Amino acid sequence: MSTLTQAPPEVTGKKRNLVEMNWDPITRIVGSLGIFTKIDFENHEVAECYSTSSIFRGYSIFMKGKDPRDAHFITSRICGICGDNHATCANYAQQMAFGVRPPDLGEWIVNLGEAAEYMFDHNIFQDNLVGVDFCEQMVKETNPKVWDKAQSTQAPHSNDHGYRTIADIMRSLNPFAGEFYREALQMSRLTREMFCLMEGRHVHQSTLYPGGVGTVPSVQLLTDYLTRLMKYVEFMKKVVPLHDDLFDFFYDALPGYEKVGQRRVLLGCWGSFQDPKECDYKYEHMTDWGRKMFVTPGVVVDGELVTNDLVDINLGIRILLGSSYYDDWQEGETFVKSDPLGNPVDKRHPWNQTTTPRPQRRDFKDKYTWVMSPRWYDKRTGDYLALDTGGGPIARFWATALSGLVDFGYVKATGRSVKIHLPKTVSKPAVEFEWKIPKWSNAIERDRARTYFQAYAAACALHFVEKAMEDLHAGKTKTWNEFKVPDHAIGCGFHEAVRGVLSHHVVIRDGKIANYHPYPPTPWNASPRDIYGTPGPYEDAVQNTPIFEENGREKFKGIDIMRAVRSFDPCLPCGVHMYVGDGKVLETHHSPMFGVSAKP
Amino acid sequence: MPSNEASTSGAKQRSSVRDVHVIWMTGGLSCDGDSVSVTAAMQPSIEDIVLGAIPGLPKVHLHNPVLAYEVGDDFMRHWYLAEEGKLDPFVLIIEGSIPNEAIKREGYWAAQGTNHDTGQPITTCEWIDRLAPKAWAVVGAGTCATYGGIHAMQGNPTGCMGLADYLGWKWKSKAGLPIVNVPGCPVQPDNFTETLLYLLYQAAGLAPMIPLDDKLRPKWLFGQTVHHGCDRAGYYEEGVFTKEYGKPECLVKIGCWGPVVDCNVTKRGWMAGIGGCPNVGGICIACTMPGFPDKFMPFMDRPPGANVSSKMIEIYGPAIRALRSITHRTVNEEPKWRHRGSKLTTGYQQETYH
Repeated sequence: MSTLTQAPPEVTGKKRNLVEMNWDPITRIVGSLGIFTKIDFENHEVAECYSTSSIFRGYSIFMKGKDPRDAHFITSRICGICGDNHATCANYAQQMAFGVRPPDLGEWIVNLGEAAEYMFDHNIFQDNLVGVDFCEQMVKETNPKVWDKAQSTQAPHSNDHGYRTIADIMRSLNPFAGEFYREALQMSRLTREMFCLMEGRHVHQSTLYPGGVGTVPSVQLLTDYLTRLMKYVEFMKKVVPLHDDLFDFFYDALPGYEKVGQRRVLLGCWGSFQDPKECDYKYEHMTDWGRKMFVTPGVVVDGELVTNDLVDINLGIRILLGSSYYDDWQEGETFVKSDPLGNPVDKRHPWNQTTTPRPQRRDFKDKYTWVMSPRWYDKRTGDYLALDTGGGPIARFWATALSGLVDFGYVKATGRSVKIHLPKTVSKPAVEFEWKIPKWSNAIERDRARTYFQAYAAACALHFVEKAMEDLHAGKTKTWNEFKVPDHAIGCGFHEAVRGVLSHHVVIRDGKIANYHPYPPTPWNASPRDIYGTPGPYEDAVQNTPIFEENGREKFKGIDIMRAVRSFDPCLPCGVHMYVGDGKVLETHHSPMFGVSAKP
Repeated sequence: MPSNEASTSGAKQRSSVRDVHVIWMTGGLSCDGDSVSVTAAMQPSIEDIVLGAIPGLPKVHLHNPVLAYEVGDDFMRHWYLAEEGKLDPFVLIIEGSIPNEAIKREGYWAAQGTNHDTGQPITTCEWIDRLAPKAWAVVGAGTCATYGGIHAMQGNPTGCMGLADYLGWKWKSKAGLPIVNVPGCPVQPDNFTETLLYLLYQAAGLAPMIPLDDKLRPKWLFGQTVHHGCDRAGYYEEGVFTKEYGKPECLVKIGCWGPVVDCNVTKRGWMAGIGGCPNVGGICIACTMPGFPDKFMPFMDRPPGANVSSKMIEIYGPAIRALRSITHRTVNEEPKWRHRGSKLTTGYQQETYH
């Protein structure tokens, strides 16, 4: 069975003139992504979309036979903006496989580093990459009428952020020239300094190890971190209202804008920030310690929480082929028949995957990308769900809010929302922000959640600094515990990379890596049509996107498509490309339902 | 991408070069980590360069996919213009390992942009073949582009390599510059922008030929080892080695390769002097080196070469430490004339003013 994702609106009986429009590469993301579309200009909508990646490197192949202790050093290099998320996730998997639990302080230091990563990465992506799609220059070029309106629209929170009109906000987002653009870039350096205090270097950390960290804890270390953190907290009190004003304005200025990038609510979050008091890294206890994470894991379908049990989440992962340049491994070796609790493990689960690349010509009717199609098997319905991460924050908030488990003073999950409390800073009083479950999973709400999650990460960091200081004051300064690499073991790590779900699965035999499969967020989001014809999330979200851009075919920039794609925070080390083909009419035919292979 | 409008005003320029384009390809087998790293640079920052905040620089037009305003064809236009010689002079920066596209019949390992005639991706190798002969200088950003790096590890399926392996170690640009390698995984932010700044000065006629070593690295950045700059080298000297992570002593016995690795991270730190590797508790895994990663794995084991050297130091190091501890105790005592009482004992000509 496959999932029927929302089909593009039918325009029954009408002729459709479809124009091929491709964007290759999609810039202002990390990695190489191409978006190939067919657009119906008469009806202002995208009829069809394919997402393609231009790079293959082969981590799962060259890691075979290597020392399992090297996994986090190697896998950090998968991603050049959130490499530390990979290293951390690899450490979680190693710790499970090696049977070692870091000292509390080691875990707090990892959490402080990862919190700084979220603060940095969401900040630079939102304000220096995504923000450009909402800047004066871009809005003038794509929607002059919106720009006119922005000039006469007062910003509701101008007292908080200092920009009088929405146009003033847009002007401040102009690349390099804009004041807020440059302020955000500077802030992204301050948060990277915080990161380097805990994890040594950015983007490929130097101080993480299985069993803990090499960072030497001291009063100075925590002071250096905390004083910078408070500057960021102050910054958040400006940024959250600024983005609220900007995003709310788009709903107001362009009625129907909620449909841009909208897809069915199919969200996955694998949880973030371990609590060292709870997490022993034993698979047998994963259900319990997973629910104690400071960001709750969960699968959310149509607004309902299907599960927040990491064991369920783990066993549901399936890697499908269909449109990717790989051989199937159905006949290959089964490395893990059952998990440590005795549950059967599917052949298409990452523990049992064998990666065999088969380079070939790109053919959009057959194989067209190096990305595979990760799906989550919903045992209630038998569907292979094309979950997305929404770029990370929206899924994290949704799962955390519905679970209602997180409550540590600075943050409280209410069941319908998440409240974030930030203390007084140098020029602003204490504030409380509340992220509320939105009506849609769309581009604007993905972007909005990203801003709120920056505040969430800062609130978590405040808590972690306090916990680390308690340990330090109590003389508990150990940050690393020794371990032995077993001859035979399996392990898995679950984490949230900045842009969403991250898992690492390892199989150790004879003390070496026998199989290793990392699944970062972007394979989920950028996946192509799978064997059942279900499109991946970018494809699906873009296919549902109406066109609001005022430019016609000749000067078309595809800004609504860009906003839809970038809202997922693409990070392929693979890319999306957009070029307006030759403007030639590709196909003319009746009754659309074009491109989406809907199956019963 | 905006560019500086008037960086030429004020400072005197000796050459006629007023505009330099930077074509930055992240489309090797990379993680884009070098581009991201460069956004952390502060001496100089990327906006210092682009907005002309440094006197004497030509006007810089940066074309980098992570930061570009343009998308798709609008962005790729600069690649075609560079190929047609319309962006001269331009600096070509390559990020990521160069895959071997010759080992297979069809398809691609790494590509950027689409060929409009065939509808197929244009490989990164093809772009290098088209642009390198036209470039004023070719720069490798990070260890993947310079020497192959992680993706060129033993057992890799793509046969990838570094720029000099691909173009030839003796390769020279049309302006007579060798390939310029700035290794690091990722590249240290300021190391890269500083090298770019040097090249821009050179292009403007304000600096002589960039000094490179035999691995094509800027000499002033890679002339010393990690150990030379490490603040834990003092422990090494005294033969004090930690056996666990998270302690302040020398890490050589638990995997640090610092004594034989050419890199300035321990001196420069990572950002604003903060962070680094062994100086902050991270073993040096030699990520700047041509032999990275295979010659240094498993990373957490003691380097074989450190066996003998650290044993020798453990013989005389403790003696030095013992001698120092005597002096150390002495210098921790204040001179005896600092006291209360009615007598002055500092050695001044009189003992009292009574």
